[in-house]
Order: sequence, then structure tokens, then C-alpha cells
Amino acid sequence: MPVSLLQMSAISKRFPGVVALDRVDFDLSAGEIAALVGENGAGKSTLMKVLAGIHRADSGEIRIDGATVDMHGPVDAARLGIGVIHQERELIDTLDVAGNVFLGREPTRGGPLRFLDRRRMHADTTRALARIGVELRTSTPLRGLSAAQQQLVAIARALSMNARLLILDEPTATLPSSDAARLFDVLRDLRSSGTAIVYISHRLKEVERLADRAVVLRDGRNAGMLPRDALSRDRLVQLMVGRAFEPPSIRPEAPAGPVVLQIERVRTGRYPDAEVSLAVHRGEVLGIAGLIGSGRTELAEAICGLGVRLSGRILLEGRPLPIGSARDAIRHGVCLVPEDRRRCGVVAEMSIRENVTLPALASYARAGLVARRLEAEAVRRITTALEVKTASIETPVAALSGGNQQRVALGKWLALRPRVIVFDEPTQGVDVRAKVEIHRLIRGLADQGTAVVMISSDLEEIVAESDRVAVMHDGRVTGILSRADCTPEAVMQLAVA
Amino acid sequence: MTRKDVTVLLLLAALCAVVATASPQFLSVTNLQNIARLVGMYGIFSIGVGIVIITGGIDLSVGSICALLGVLLSMMLVEWDWPAGLALASVVALGAAVGAAHGLLITRLRLQPFIVTLCGLLLYRGAARYIARDSTKGFGTGEGFAWLRAAASGSVGGIPMPFVIMCVVGALAWLLVHRSVYGRHLFAVGHNEVASRYSGVRTRAVVAGAYVTSGTLAAVSAIIIAFYTNSISPASHGNFYELYAIAAAVVGGCSLRGGEGTILGIVLGAALLQVLRNLVNLLDIPGSLDFAVMGAVILIGAVADHVFGRAGQDTNG
Repeated sequence: MPVSLLQMSAISKRFPGVVALDRVDFDLSAGEIAALVGENGAGKSTLMKVLAGIHRADSGEIRIDGATVDMHGPVDAARLGIGVIHQERELIDTLDVAGNVFLGREPTRGGPLRFLDRRRMHADTTRALARIGVELRTSTPLRGLSAAQQQLVAIARALSMNARLLILDEPTATLPSSDAARLFDVLRDLRSSGTAIVYISHRLKEVERLADRAVVLRDGRNAGMLPRDALSRDRLVQLMVGRAFEPPSIRPEAPAGPVVLQIERVRTGRYPDAEVSLAVHRGEVLGIAGLIGSGRTELAEAICGLGVRLSGRILLEGRPLPIGSARDAIRHGVCLVPEDRRRCGVVAEMSIRENVTLPALASYARAGLVARRLEAEAVRRITTALEVKTASIETPVAALSGGNQQRVALGKWLALRPRVIVFDEPTQGVDVRAKVEIHRLIRGLADQGTAVVMISSDLEEIVAESDRVAVMHDGRVTGILSRADCTPEAVMQLAVA
Repeated sequence: MTRKDVTVLLLLAALCAVVATASPQFLSVTNLQNIARLVGMYGIFSIGVGIVIITGGIDLSVGSICALLGVLLSMMLVEWDWPAGLALASVVALGAAVGAAHGLLITRLRLQPFIVTLCGLLLYRGAARYIARDSTKGFGTGEGFAWLRAAASGSVGGIPMPFVIMCVVGALAWLLVHRSVYGRHLFAVGHNEVASRYSGVRTRAVVAGAYVTSGTLAAVSAIIIAFYTNSISPASHGNFYELYAIAAAVVGGCSLRGGEGTILGIVLGAALLQVLRNLVNLLDIPGSLDFAVMGAVILIGAVADHVFGRAGQDTNG
């Protein structure tokens, strides 16, 4: 019988206008991996922020080892052995591995002079990494590591602070699947040595594989708990959305329209030796699959005028595109919905209205001055069509959920009637329901005759939503699968070629 | 008006009330006209610097531009006998060209705005002193360009001309910043240059445009200030003007991180600084404390803003 390490009971937290948590219970034993699942806004992050000492609950009780604790900040949580691995890893790029592991609590020597004790830092870091079976040079600057390695460093940091309870927030969002498997091994090892783990993820397959138990939240309340033997993707989805999940309907293979976009022997800066040729037809969704770092984003950026194109041609409806900047591409109707929404997709501080009209503001202007009524009408048309859920188009985009932000990032192109839209990871960090709706929007665009390119690391998404799938590996297209041949296994085979 | 504008306006009104109570002289017509004239002269270049600050940049060169262009204007008119129209056009064009040079260095070579305009500050000051051989320039009694002098020190219906000119410049800048396509792009680039570029905004042109505007407005105030003082000593003319401008913009609600600010706020900020200087004058505070008073009041304002801003947030959530 495992010891109950953590008991959170009847935790409530309200923010202005919303009840984020309503008497939520959550408990965890040593040596257990509990998945915390729910749509965006269901309260997962808030609950974990309460546990990490970032938010204070309005009411409720947290017990650790049976004793009530009162946390006033993240420092208290760390002292109690709670370690958080955030979605945006809070490490410093230019510091080396050891420097990051000991950031803020560097060992010193020389008494009052407090010199850095580098030797001890590096030795202790090596030991902390060894605990999770990782070998890394502790003097490598963090930016020289892959996303997966950086994550392992973050875990080593938490463990070296004697964390007994680890919270991982969407740890695989940016990891290729081979690295994800590695991470799971590390987590399983930690479990067997008695560490308690809270695993937050939208990837239900991972939850199925990894978790001993899944706690589902919906609208700030406990929606249900599934023990290991009852854990299935369908049951999870059912609890999350509160209704049965409809499997994607199989569409008949559509007759291919004429070629809209032709990519001819394009080489990008990341893979200067690899040439890519692809054709995208009118009304089709061409999926681009591949592991992270296989050159997909670079290709997307080359098409949309953002990245370096070393050689090759891009033809739009048979005519070569003189693309030197995003602006050129956009003028010709070639648009990108980028992967990094907050950095590239939207200006988060500005309103929905200002974001939606940013690329085509001049068309709502007379003599250089914006016609505000015209602008607002156009934005309302687009937000209605895309079902952006908001009280007002003046709401800053930062205040919207991931799914609604993505709608804004897409909506800004719609007024331009694009001929080609490239989506880079369109549903990353988006909840299940919004994901279904974004897929519907993508299909709708294709049905209206837009040529759609969809880059995705989500195999299920690629297989279910694409008409054809091009798989990339090390900058090359290793195969193109038609609807009939496209299975997750076939895609993975080509991706690791 | 944004909430920040209202705050600055209330602050300005409160300060005026305090000074007026302490010294009845404050409300005399001459004094008010004087303040208005100064607000006009400082306000014009502050608007330019504020626009640069909205892009997330900074312009440290306006004071030196003022000195260099003042010296050149005097030499063009007095020593080289250029027609007034040509001289004015040349000075404004030079201001724009200097701004364009800053803009190109910043957007094409990706140099930091602070460094580029700091070098500008040093360069133009040196150039002014060299060209003038360090001697004070002026326009003598100003025959032949009396209308220019009127534009600087005259008034219409009791309102000093520089203030009137600033109102016109301010209205145009308001249209540009708050109502035009360019203005929207200015804020977008200030908040998030990458996302703006991904949206097809010509970010480099937008940023460079802000420096051209700043250089041009610096030239316009340089003309007015030169005629107003009629004595341009190249080593000290325009000293610290860039700091007045930055202070005005920041007091007026601009964020040095970019993306925030209003034209009205910048103008109110410029006015606030001039009332503070006037306070030092009227209340017999030693003139040497001039800057110290300004620094202290701005600092108190910033602390109060932080404290009350915090308190506001706490009661909200």
C-alpha cells in the first residue's frame, strides 16, 4: 500500500469573473504517476500553480505526508520537495548545464568572498544527471542542447533540489517521439525509486501509456478519475468533453484539382544539400510529417518568404513567385500560420481587431487613415465565421485560450482570400474540442479551393486530416503517401528512414 | 483619451494648482504665455522622440541636431545670404536625412538604437562646434526674416506661435499615430516585430520612418528655438533636450519596451516638465536644483504609479 504523499482537498480559486477551481480534490502517492487531464481552461494549470506556491487557494487544504502546509511562494513549495518542469522551460540559454542546475543556489567557497565552487557544481551536476541515466558534458551551454536534453536538465535540477514530487506540464509538446520515449523511461525509473509525478498532457496516447491513474478536470471541477485498468483514450475524451467522442469520418478520396503551388528543387539554409520538390493541388490538404528538425518548418518559411531559400523555384499557378519577403508571399496569396503563435502568429498585446486586420489594414483605409467602422465590420464577419469565443473584438489576444488565439492567427489571412495557406503545427497546445474545430476550419478552406499545407508532429492528425502526406527526414522528402496508403506506421517508417 | 492620458492630465492640473497657490504670479498672462511657448518648442521634438520610443527604440540625438541645425541655419541666412525659404527647406531636409541615416543603420545593419543615436549625439555636437569655430551664432536684428522671428517669438490672439505650431504638428502626429495604417504598424512593430514581419508589415520601413519623423521634428523645433534664443552657442545649445524628450514621453505613458504611448500623453508630459521648471523659478528654489526637482518629481511619480498600480491590481484580483 503506497503512502499518500500529497492530499489536496476541496481547493477553490476564483479570478475576477471566473471560478477557476471549484472544490477540486487531488491526491498522489509516492511512486505514482498521475496524469492530470482536461481541456484548456479546465483548471489543470491553476491547480498545479496552487501546488507550486504560485497561486494561493481561496479555500481548501493541502497536506503533505499528512501534515497541513501553508505555502506563500514557490520557495516554500521547493522546500517541501515539489519541483515544477514548466512548459516554457525556465532555464538560461547561455549558461552551461551545471550553471542551470544550480542557478540561484550555487555552492560557494572562500568563506565570505563567496567564490563559485565550480568543481563541486560540475561534480554534483554529473551525479544528478546520472540519477536519471543521462550523460552530458556539464560545461555545454544550454543552447547547444536539444529540446529533449534541456528538459532532462530541468528534471535533474528539480531532483538535485530533493524534489519528491515532480510536476511536468506538457513535457512532450516540443519533443520528437523518439525523445519522448526516452523521457518516459526516465519518468518510469523515477517512479520506481519513489518519486511522485504529476503529468499534464493533451496527448492522450501518452497518458494511456504512462499513467497509473488519470484525474480529469472539467470547468474547474473534478470530472472523474480513471484507474490504470480503466484508462483508455476514448474514456478520457468522454470525461473531458462530457460526451462521447465521434471518430473522424472517412472522406472519399477527392479528385485532385489543378496544381496551385509547385515547389521545385528548393534548398533551405538548414539542409543546404537537400532538395525538395512538391506539388500542392487546389482544394487539397497536403500533410507534411516528419520528426522535429527534419526541415519542415524551414520549408514552410522558404515557401512563405520568411526563411533562406538557397536555390530552386516556387511556382504559383505556373508562374515563378518572386518571393523575397513575407510581404511578397502574402501579396501573392501565400500565407503562413506559424508554429510559435505568441512570437510569430499574433501580437498578443494587441486586440483581436488589430491582429485580424494587420496584414490587410490598407484595404480598410482611405487616404492612409483607417476607416474604423469598415474595419470593425470586417473583423466581426471573420470572428463570427471562425467562431472566436470572445465578448468583444477589443479583447487583447493574450487573454484568449490557445484555440481562440489560433483562430485569430488564421483569421487575419481570411480577408486576403489566400490561394495557399501553410499551417505549422496548427493544433499544438490546443484542447480537444478546439482541435476538432480547427480541423473543420482547415477542411473548409480546402473545400473552398485553397491549397493547404499542414505540417504536424501529431501522427493521428496527419493521418486523419490530410489528403496526401509528404514525409520528411533530414531535409529531404522520403516519401509521399496517398490516402489509401497513409497509416501512422507507414508515416513513421518514412520519418525515421 | 486613454486612462493614462487622464492620469497625466490630472497630475498636470494638480501641479498647476499647487504652483498657482504658492505663487500668484503663475497665472499671470506673461508667465502662462512663456510656459506655452516653451511647451511648444519642447513638445515638437518630444513628439518625434515619443514615436521612436513607441517602436521600442530611442533617439538620443535630438539635442545635438538642434545645435547643428541652429548653427547652420544662422550661417545660411546671415553669412551665406541664402533665401529664407531655401534655408528652411535645407534645414528640415537635413533633419530628415540624419533621421534616415539613423533608421538605416538601425534597420539594415541591426545596430542598437541607443548606440547609433548616442554616436549621433556626439557627432552632431562636434560638427556644430567645428563649423561655428565654437563661436556663438545668431540672426542679429533679423531684418529680412522678421516673419521667421515672429513664428518663434510672436503670437496669435495671445497664444504664442510655437504653441500653435506644436498643436498643428500634434494634430498631424495624432492622425499619423492613432488613425493611420502606418500608426497601427508602429504599435505592432513596437509590441512584436517578429509577428509583424510574419504578417507582411514592412517592419524596417516602419522603424526607419519613426527616426525620419524624429529627425524632421527636431529640425522644425531647431528652427523655432534658434530664432527664439537668437544666440546659438554650439557647445551648449540644445544640451539635454533628448532627455527632456525621453522624460516627456515616459511621463506621458510611453513604455521604453515599445508598443505603448499616445501623442496627447507625450504633449502633456512635455507640459508637465515645463511647469516643473517654472515652479523652480517662481518658488525661488535655486536654479541649480532645476534638474534635481524634475528628477525627484518624475521618480516620485513613477513610484506612486507602481504602488497605486499594484494596489489597483490587488483590489481587482
